[in-house]
Amino acid sequence: MKKNGIWAKIYLVFLLVLMYLPIVTVVLFSFNASTARTPTVFTGFTFRWYGELFSDKRGFGDALQNTLLVGLFSVCLSTLLGTLGAVGQVRAFAKKNGLAARASAFIENIAILPIMVPEIILGVAFLLLFSALGLPSGMLTLVLAHTTFCVPYVYLLVKSRLATIGDEYVLAARDLGASPMRALSTVTLPLVLPSVFSGALLALAMSLDDFVISFFVAGADTTTLPLKVYSSVRYGVSPQINALCTLMLVVVFVLVGLSQMVLHKKNK
Amino acid sequence: MKNNRRVKSQALLALPMQLWAAVFVGIALLYIVGLSLLGRGDALTVTGEVTGESYARLFDPKYVKVLWLSVRLAGLTTLISLLLGYPFAYFMAKASPKARLWLMLLIIAPFWTNALIRIYGWKILLYANGPINQFLQMLGLIKKPLKLLYTEGAVLLGMVYAMIPFVILPIYTGMERMDWTKVEAARDLGASPAKAFFTVTLPMALPSLLAACVLTFLPSVGLIFLSDILGGANTVLWGNLVHDELLKSRDLPFAAALSTVLLLLTALVIFLYRKAGGSNEDMVF
Repeated sequence: MKKNGIWAKIYLVFLLVLMYLPIVTVVLFSFNASTARTPTVFTGFTFRWYGELFSDKRGFGDALQNTLLVGLFSVCLSTLLGTLGAVGQVRAFAKKNGLAARASAFIENIAILPIMVPEIILGVAFLLLFSALGLPSGMLTLVLAHTTFCVPYVYLLVKSRLATIGDEYVLAARDLGASPMRALSTVTLPLVLPSVFSGALLALAMSLDDFVISFFVAGADTTTLPLKVYSSVRYGVSPQINALCTLMLVVVFVLVGLSQMVLHKKNK
Repeated sequence: MKNNRRVKSQALLALPMQLWAAVFVGIALLYIVGLSLLGRGDALTVTGEVTGESYARLFDPKYVKVLWLSVRLAGLTTLISLLLGYPFAYFMAKASPKARLWLMLLIIAPFWTNALIRIYGWKILLYANGPINQFLQMLGLIKKPLKLLYTEGAVLLGMVYAMIPFVILPIYTGMERMDWTKVEAARDLGASPAKAFFTVTLPMALPSLLAACVLTFLPSVGLIFLSDILGGANTVLWGNLVHDELLKSRDLPFAAALSTVLLLLTALVIFLYRKAGGSNEDMVF
C-alpha cells in the first residue's frame, strides 16, 4: 500500500479537530468567569465552578457512586453471561443436529438485538416489563437493563475470537486426557481472555455513558451521572457541568496514557 | 469421535445467556407489541379488549410527517457519516503503525466521556452570540449572527458527530483484514484508480460498510435527547413522540404502537442487511 500523502494527513487532522472542537470548548468554558445565564463569551479565568462541583450541593457524588456501581455489577454479569454464552453457542453450532444449531442461531439473533434496536425502544420495553414484573425502579432495574445491552458486545467479541482459534487446541487437550471442564478452564478461557477483557471494557464504556435507557428505568429516586448531566444542560448552559466534563477527560487521558506506558514497557 | 461429542455437551454453558436474552429482550419486545393492540385504560393501563385503534391514529398526517423527518435525518446522518468516515478509516489503515495507534486512541477516548457533554459542547459553540458566530463576524463574513442552534441543521450536525465513530471503527477493522495485494494487482493490470476502487476495493469493504450503515441508521432513527438539546422544540422526532405519549399523555397502547413502528423499521433494516449478505460477526469492531 502507498503511504499517505499530505492531503490525507490534512484530512485526518481536520476531522480530528472537528471531533475535539466541542470537547475543547467545554474544557475552556469550565474556567470561564462569566456568570451570564448562557455564558458564551469568555470573560475571565476562574476555578469557581470546580469549587461548586466539589462542594456538591447538587448531588454529583451520589450520581457518580451509582454510575460506578451499576457499571461494575452489569459489566461483571454481562461478561460472565456473554463469555459462557459464546463458548456454549459455538459448541451448539458445531452440532450435526440441524435443529439445535438453528435454535442457537435464533437465540443469538435475539441476544444481539440490543446493539441494533434504537435505545428508546429498549428503554420503553424495560420500563414496561419491569413494572409488569413488579420490580421497583432503582439500582436493580438499572443493573438488569445495563447487563442486557452489554451482553452482545462481550458475546460477539468472544465468539469471533473462538472462531479464529478453532477446535484443535481443545480437542488436543481432551485427547491428552483433560476433562471437558479442565479443557475449558486451562485451554479455552486463557485463549479468549484478551477478547473477554476488551468486551468488558467496551461494556463498561457503554454502561457509564448510557443515558436513554437509564432515563426510563432509573425511577424518581435514583440518579446516575448522565441523568444528572442531562437535567443540567437541557434548558441552558451549566458551568459545573463543564468542570465535571473536564475532570472526566483528565481521568480518561491519564488512564489511556498509563495503559500506553505499560504496553510500551512490555514491548521493550 | 467420543471426545468431540463430550466437548459439545458444553453447549449448556450458553443456557444462562439464552434465558436472559429470551426474557429481557425477546419477551420485553413482544410485550410492547402486545400492549399496542389493546384498548386504552386510565393513566398508563390497558383494557382487555383487542383493537387496532392505536394504529389507526398513526395515519394522521402529523405523525406521518414526524416519521418522515426521523427517517430522512437518520438517512442523511448515515450518508454523511459514511462519506466523511470512509476516507478517514482508509487513511488510518494506510498510516504507520504508530500513527494508527494514536488515531485509534484519539477516536476511542471521547467514547469514555459522556456523549451528552460532547453534544452540549456544540450547544455552546452554536449559540447566537457563541464562538462560531463571533468568529464569522470577526472575519467580516456575516453582519448579523446566524441562527445556528435549534435548527434541523444543528440536529443533523450533532447526529453525524455522535455517529461517526460507529462508521470509522467497523470500516477500519474491515480494512485491516482486507487483502490489499488484490488492489495492487488490479492497478498493475491496468485498472484506473476509480475502476480498482469500484471493482476490487469496494466489494471487499462492503460487509463492513453495510455493518456501519446499520450501526448508524438504527440508533439515529430513534435518537431523542440530542434533538432536545440541539433542536429545541422545533425538531420533534419519532423518539420524542414515544417519550411524550408514554410519560406526558400517559397513553400506554399508543406509545406501544409508536414503539412497534420503530421495531418494524428495525426488523426491515436487519432483514435488508441479511439479504445483502451481512452477518452478525461484522458488527464487531
